Amino acid sequence: MIEIKNLHKSYPMGKESLHVLKGLNLKIEEGEFVSIMGSSGSGKSTLLNIVGLLDVHDEGDYILNGELIENLNEKKAAVLRNKFLGFVFQSFNLINYKTALENVSLPLYYAGVGRKERQETAMEYLEKVGLGAWANHLPSELSGGQKQRVAIARALVTQPKVILADEPTGALDSTTTDSVMDLLKEINNEGMTVFVITHEEEVAEQSKRIVRLKDGVIISDEKVNQKVKA
Amino acid sequence: MIKFLFDRDTWQEIYSSIRKNKLRTGITIIGVMWGIFLLVVLLGAARGVGNKFDTIFGDFATNSVFIWGQQTSMPFKGFQEGKQLRLKRADVGKIEAEIKGIEYILPRNITNSLVVNETKTLTTGVFGDYPLLDLLQKKHMVFGRFINENDIVYKKKVCVIENETYKQLFDKGVNPLGTYLTINEVSYQIVGLYKNQMRMGGPQGGIHIPFTTFQQVYNQADNIGWLMVTASEGFDIRQMEEDIKLMLRNIHSVHPEDERAFGSFNMGDQISKVTGFLTGMQFLTWFVGIATLIAGVFAIGNILLITVKERTNEIGIRRALGAKPAEIRRQIILESIFLTTIAGTLGIIFGGLVLMLINAAVGQGDEATLVNPTVDIPVILIAFATLVVLGTLIGLIPAQRAVSIRPIEALREE
Repeated sequence: MIEIKNLHKSYPMGKESLHVLKGLNLKIEEGEFVSIMGSSGSGKSTLLNIVGLLDVHDEGDYILNGELIENLNEKKAAVLRNKFLGFVFQSFNLINYKTALENVSLPLYYAGVGRKERQETAMEYLEKVGLGAWANHLPSELSGGQKQRVAIARALVTQPKVILADEPTGALDSTTTDSVMDLLKEINNEGMTVFVITHEEEVAEQSKRIVRLKDGVIISDEKVNQKVKA
Repeated sequence: MIKFLFDRDTWQEIYSSIRKNKLRTGITIIGVMWGIFLLVVLLGAARGVGNKFDTIFGDFATNSVFIWGQQTSMPFKGFQEGKQLRLKRADVGKIEAEIKGIEYILPRNITNSLVVNETKTLTTGVFGDYPLLDLLQKKHMVFGRFINENDIVYKKKVCVIENETYKQLFDKGVNPLGTYLTINEVSYQIVGLYKNQMRMGGPQGGIHIPFTTFQQVYNQADNIGWLMVTASEGFDIRQMEEDIKLMLRNIHSVHPEDERAFGSFNMGDQISKVTGFLTGMQFLTWFVGIATLIAGVFAIGNILLITVKERTNEIGIRRALGAKPAEIRRQIILESIFLTTIAGTLGIIFGGLVLMLINAAVGQGDEATLVNPTVDIPVILIAFATLVVLGTLIGLIPAQRAVSIRPIEALREE
């Protein structure tokens, strides 16, 4: 699903340049639940941005869904993001003057789906995350956990290939963290590839594979033996 | 693009973006509205002033010249300088026969006389006039008639009085028709009363009696006070003025270069000064109006730039969700067009209302300062189209800015 070969990325910092990713190799198969762990500055956000087509890499290959990503212009990137990727952000990034339903249906709008179908599909996904009753509420009327659920529904609504989650529980307390993680696991169990970035051990442990990053290189990559909750 | 324009979601997006920022949108709209409002009102007012002048000049033959005799300033043919010149009745025929392009030529006479009506007296100008005067300087008759041919032929003792003179000689509300005025101890029956629109173009007002009566009563023989000449269509009144004066110098044995022997006053010259002023005023109106419009449009551009800055995060989200740069761009441009259109429409409506108010307050009747202050629909449409085009162009700036921010940076913005 996602294949990265010898990926490099640096950011210019004045005259110097900051080498953030130093030759990453990573292969994620369809249906995997991978978490990228690392402290801040390890390059995990940069990796997510490149995988999410929000940023471009300098060197190496990135293959998304069998397609080599190169010469990417904004228009092409927008189409690919809409088609293959679903984003979940730490700060939810819901549009604050749109209702939950409108937020969820927005990606479908950009995918060119008709209005009626859009509403129905969005409603279906809102119900899936358990917020059917909150469809007409604005984000400001929802709790943090609810907001993140709306964001997850929005990420799912176009039926993407991968869900990219950047610190999805970073702004949540432990109870809601669990419920959001349960939701992600559930999605993963239905076959969706989930790619989470986190610095919390507890969160990472709930995924199926943990990749640890440090100073722009992968220091470990291991499968997790998931504990079954009693 | 067409589909995009008629898509309900497009307008939903614009509506929610505007609803979210009521104050900002309101101020922007007021800015542009003010521009087009000023343009409409200024143009309307300028038109009103123009119309006012038109109604004034409408009463006068604008291509006319007045000529009268003065004193010679050069000795000629044995005459000393300083010879007093008087135009003669015979001059009229000679001029008419010789000079081409004369439409009308009208001799007039004036003298100051004591006018008595019962206990009221007044010293005012008494004119000896032909009926033709009514054609050259429109007399708005309130009662009765102006001097007619019959009066001229029979040298009748009749008179026509002007409203201001009437007010000084009669009590309010008294019908003067048929009553008699004593002018220099001769009785005249009043046959008409008229109202002047504006006093200009030589002596006016007072009392008019038939030219022939004037000649007889005041012992003027063939003397003429002054001549009023109008040019036919296509003839230059200024050239005519020179030609007539040259001819008069010849007839009256005056040195051909004696510019001061005959005096003249050219109405066309005076009027072209006023119309020149009007043109200047209209130009100023356009300039101010358009400058204000442009300022308003820039206000929209400015506000949209701020909007884009404020909405950087939102734009980033939209792009992460798959919005193409073109979609973001046209959304912002459409917002700009929408705002300018709304503001323009409101501005035109309010401008129209104000013009209606001005019209109702000072636009009607004889004393109106602005007559029919209106603006042409095509002018409005052009201004409106300009506004929308400028709105689109100015919208390009924030739109370009919105898409030039990379989504990753936009998302980082909180």
